[in-house]
Amino acid sequence: MFDTILSGDYPKSKVLNTVLLAIFFGLALGPFLFDGAVAFSTITNICIFIVLVASYDILLGYTHIVSLAHTMFYGIGAYAVAIAMNSMGPSWGSMFVGVIGGVLVAAVIALLVGLLSLRVKALFFALVTLAVAVGFGILISKFYAITGGEQGLGFRPPRELGPGFKLFEERWYGFNALGWLWNLVTDPGNLGENTKQAVFDVRMSGRIVLYYVIFLTTVGLFLLMLRMMNSPFGRVLKAVRENEFRAEALGYRTVMFRTINVVIAGAIAALAGAMAAMSDPWVTPDSYLSLGVMVNILLMCVIGGMGTLYGAMVGATIFILAETYLKDFMEVAYDLTAGFFNALPEWLSWLSFIHELISPDRWYFWMGLLFVLSVYFFPAGVVGQFRAKELESQIADSEEGASRTEPA
Amino acid sequence: MAEPLLRLEGVHTHIGHYHILHGVDLTVPEGELTMLLGRNGAGKTTTLRTIMNLWKASQGRITFGGNDITQTPTYELAKSGMAYVPEDMGVFHLLSVRENMELAARSGPIDPDRLEWVVGLFPALKKFWTKEAGTLSGGQKQMLSIARALIEPRKLMLVDEPTKGLAPAIINELVGAFQQLKETHTTVLLVEQNFNFAQALGDSVAVMDDGVVVHTGAMADLAADEALQTRLLGLSLDSHQ
Repeated sequence: MFDTILSGDYPKSKVLNTVLLAIFFGLALGPFLFDGAVAFSTITNICIFIVLVASYDILLGYTHIVSLAHTMFYGIGAYAVAIAMNSMGPSWGSMFVGVIGGVLVAAVIALLVGLLSLRVKALFFALVTLAVAVGFGILISKFYAITGGEQGLGFRPPRELGPGFKLFEERWYGFNALGWLWNLVTDPGNLGENTKQAVFDVRMSGRIVLYYVIFLTTVGLFLLMLRMMNSPFGRVLKAVRENEFRAEALGYRTVMFRTINVVIAGAIAALAGAMAAMSDPWVTPDSYLSLGVMVNILLMCVIGGMGTLYGAMVGATIFILAETYLKDFMEVAYDLTAGFFNALPEWLSWLSFIHELISPDRWYFWMGLLFVLSVYFFPAGVVGQFRAKELESQIADSEEGASRTEPA
Repeated sequence: MAEPLLRLEGVHTHIGHYHILHGVDLTVPEGELTMLLGRNGAGKTTTLRTIMNLWKASQGRITFGGNDITQTPTYELAKSGMAYVPEDMGVFHLLSVRENMELAARSGPIDPDRLEWVVGLFPALKKFWTKEAGTLSGGQKQMLSIARALIEPRKLMLVDEPTKGLAPAIINELVGAFQQLKETHTTVLLVEQNFNFAQALGDSVAVMDDGVVVHTGAMADLAADEALQTRLLGLSLDSHQ
């Protein structure tokens, strides 16, 4: 069964299996495991970025196409939903029109970009896509009557997906597992009270419905991408990535395969944008179209491991958790160490710069350092690195002449 | 005389500023194995790549089965029944042996009888079926590269220096495989530097020098004429043995 669901493409490492299962169950049960609005928006963002980064990975990782217009497709999906909902009212129909419209527009633009520019070399393609993306951003700003310009565009989601809707009248309960574990370590004597504290109310509102729509769409799209990359189509893409001439000499029209891939990636990015707009119904150029978002996608893809799809899961989770919680962790660390640094004798007072370094204001510095270290220790990304270890053992096996399988 | 399967007439090829082929005239008769010999830099690989349109012919005409294919895109040539085995053991390293083979079987699932025949030629591939091609040895990669070209019946196989860098035992295995292939009357144009290998397999031969074909004839005649070998290939047979 797992073979069918994962299209035979397993994570291929015990550590990875554990990490990916933790991410999956963390997201599946997220609203019942993590308390608070910040945690809720974090798990929602992780879902959305898994789709967005995976769709970028099928370009960058599987075909070595460096596109800088991925945020444009993400933005198209978001703006299409916002414009449709704004002009047609908060109904499922208008949401449907927005989503389908966004995907179609993204696919058509991706097709044009692919056809017109995929014949040029990688760097030039990247520049062309950057120019198109910048042009799109300018259009969004100029057509403020439709798009809201720099201010952005707000809308009301369908009632069933809003906070006012009650799926069930009765309250449900969640269990703050991380908080409970933390208290278990820091205050083991107070188990009963801590357990009671860890239980929290979950309002079964439209926000929960929306979360599970997003979660299930994420699972569906991720498995779809996994299926595609492990199909004959994906095999050709991998061949093109390795050597375009050889793939062409085997009879594959590589430009066509690359273009189809750009269209698929663009359409899926638009779906991610539509989900993001639904989760936070205020669409601005800054949060969807900026180069900063593009760089984040690139970082998530590289940190997780390119050309693996599972890397998108790991990369998006690490990045968004770091982006959301690093500052909080630093604040805790800063406060905890304040007493120690204040008590330093005069002649060691110069050490206080260490305390300043972990000030929450420096969180961006630490985030950068985290990425530099992750690239240093995981040059092929987290998933890539674990898989490389697996490959090394495969080579060792083949040298020993062990574990050989014959053709069916 | 029957029309050859492949004909090159006055083909010139430029790579950047370099003029590599200076009017190649070559015919490859159907059902035969034609050897393309010549010193390093004579233009043999360029000739194969020009036939496959991986490098554009700047002048001249190439016909395949009577059709002009000079401007035909590479993927169309492959679809029309040409298989190309590049000299650098052109396998896809990150794909498994199985995926490499499936990729070459463009028309759908691999025909089991055909697979059995191909794997019979190169039994080593059977052992490494699910392994990544990058983990194979040089000889095994070369076998995979040839097996990939054979996985579907082809009208013409272009094979570039299959023995390059291989141990004598593996070369003998390749000779056996090509001899079996010859029994199927597949047309082959094979570029080679190893004269013994060429002599064992070739029906006809074309020798290139400085971007032109300087000699054509039967392989047996060239093999029997040492003086001609020395003149055309610049070395004696003794030094090649």
